[in-house]
Amino acid sequence: MSLQSPSAERQTWMFTQMLRIRTFEERVKRSFTDHPGVIRGHTHLADGAEASIVGSLSHFRDGDAALATYRCHGYPLVLGSDPKAVMAEIYGRADGLCKGLGGSMHLTDVKRGFLGTSGIVGAGIPHAAGAAWAAQIRRKGNVVMCFFGDGASKQGAFHETLNIASLWKLPIVFVMENNGYNVVTTTAQEDANAAAGEALAVKAKAHSMPGVTIDGADPVAVYTTVGEAIERARAGQGPTLVESKVYRLSAHGNIIAPPGVPLHYPEHEAIAVFGKREEYEAALRGDPVPRFRGVLVRNGTLSAARADELAAQVASEMQGAVDFALKSPFPKLESALEYNYA
Amino acid sequence: MANMPYIAAIDAGIHQEMRRDSNVLYFGQNMATTENHAFVAAYGHDRVRVTPISETAEIGIAIGAAMAGFRPVVELYMAEFMLVAMDQVVNEAPRFRYMSGGQVKVPLVLKAGYGFTCGWAGQHTGTLTSLFAGVPGLKVVIPSTAADAKGLMATAIRDDNPVVYLHHYLLTLEHGEVPDAEHLVPFGKAEVRRAGGDVTIVATGWMVPRSVAAAEQLAKEGIKAEVIDPRTVAPLDLDTIMKSVDKTGRVVLVDQGTRHASVAGIIAAEICEQRFKSLKAPIVLVTAADTTIPYSEPLEAAVLPDEARIVAGVRKVLK
Repeated sequence: MSLQSPSAERQTWMFTQMLRIRTFEERVKRSFTDHPGVIRGHTHLADGAEASIVGSLSHFRDGDAALATYRCHGYPLVLGSDPKAVMAEIYGRADGLCKGLGGSMHLTDVKRGFLGTSGIVGAGIPHAAGAAWAAQIRRKGNVVMCFFGDGASKQGAFHETLNIASLWKLPIVFVMENNGYNVVTTTAQEDANAAAGEALAVKAKAHSMPGVTIDGADPVAVYTTVGEAIERARAGQGPTLVESKVYRLSAHGNIIAPPGVPLHYPEHEAIAVFGKREEYEAALRGDPVPRFRGVLVRNGTLSAARADELAAQVASEMQGAVDFALKSPFPKLESALEYNYA
Repeated sequence: MANMPYIAAIDAGIHQEMRRDSNVLYFGQNMATTENHAFVAAYGHDRVRVTPISETAEIGIAIGAAMAGFRPVVELYMAEFMLVAMDQVVNEAPRFRYMSGGQVKVPLVLKAGYGFTCGWAGQHTGTLTSLFAGVPGLKVVIPSTAADAKGLMATAIRDDNPVVYLHHYLLTLEHGEVPDAEHLVPFGKAEVRRAGGDVTIVATGWMVPRSVAAAEQLAKEGIKAEVIDPRTVAPLDLDTIMKSVDKTGRVVLVDQGTRHASVAGIIAAEICEQRFKSLKAPIVLVTAADTTIPYSEPLEAAVLPDEARIVAGVRKVLK
């Protein structure tokens, strides 16, 4: 089975979604300096993973579901969540997607199929398989997209779930965004496959499912490969493990510090921990957003002027999200006890 | 009414709910491996499945299926096996409704036996109730009779929250009258197993029949003990307990859990804060000793609450 490349119109949509994620994440990062203290705790940005996220979610249908990790801002934006509500959630406000009770690490938008986000590495993988079992029973051809990082593939939850998903032929696609680092540990320091010079996708072999490695910075490659895995899953042929190689362009998260210490984003671990400035600069040169813009302008899908216009629209949209979130009130104190039980 | 063992009553509760609601799923290790399995035969492999030995995935899959609209019951056999997947039990299932601002519900039942103190030694004999009872978002039920085993299971399946259903292994073959018709036992409603005005005994699970036996023994001496079985420890029916404390002023809390990890400790704290002035004597806790359960029979018996220790506890509180 070979999937057609997305139409020009679809590629423009994909580029716009990538811009939206990038700009949103830039605004989150800027909040630490523009509005110190407004964002609390820990935020994790998806800059660098835009092509992977958008390419993967381009095939999403009504009734499909997606589950992700604490690095979760990008997915709901693509699925149609209002960036105002997403930003308000990250600001801990009443108009947030989760009424200010979840925050940056636990974005959920059930109406748009974004079912829930565990902040514990690997723990959400079986949840996605459970949703896939539900889809299998309902027999409507729906799939579940399960997103996680390279670090999660060392968790028991990953292996236990891939085994069952393959055994039960669940309609699920496992998208491993391999950004090369588990916080400050490189993949080669913690992964036997990586240390042996193998792709992490070989882990699929142990669970008798297809495993493929793709350039996660190329949205069309992601679209095609993940699209084929989705078709396979919808047809009842079971899961696929897609290793999508991305480079996280920001540090793992903002600094971890007690109140009183202003939070900020430190330099990327490649520089701050390993002193590999060239590795990071090479990643910047391969930045998927300008790279895809270049492809679209060069092949005539998009004029440079139209690309700039889209960027300006997105900038204005995300400014609106920040303005909205700042104005949104804090949740009522009673709501702190409201949702423990259904 | 039918007279049946506790274990059959649990199955009757699951059948009752699987028949009425096609969204109820039942799965776990070492079950449903043939077409003759009663649940497979009745409901098919879509809803009834065997899993590998993968507690994290089993419970995690239940969470995902629940968020997607189903009502899974996970057969875990032993409460200790939940420890393998403690993140899913404590830090996943009960968190999603809250963290999503009420967008999702996670209706699932974790069915697990506990307290198998008959030579199973250190790792399969625990009474881990208090590990779960204090987790916001979780409900914890402990049936002590066959009728409650059915009715609490049915209510657990209909509940829209994650429920830890702890059945006591030493009650497995205890028979009791169980309603044939639809049977539901409400959560958060204690049952007074024996009325009395001299002393309040609160006990759960296997400790309930032991406490009733102790109360019967004391009755021969004219001591009237009231035995309260909370049936669910989360939610906990403190009202019924407090009313009894107001009446008796003397309290013995019986718990198979180790003393410093017992639900008895939580109940004692509530009574002290809410009814200090009603108390005529310090509360007495009759619990397991703070120890791993030993294998050797006399040692195992020596560290657990029994009828004699409950009687002694009552005598102490009456002094």
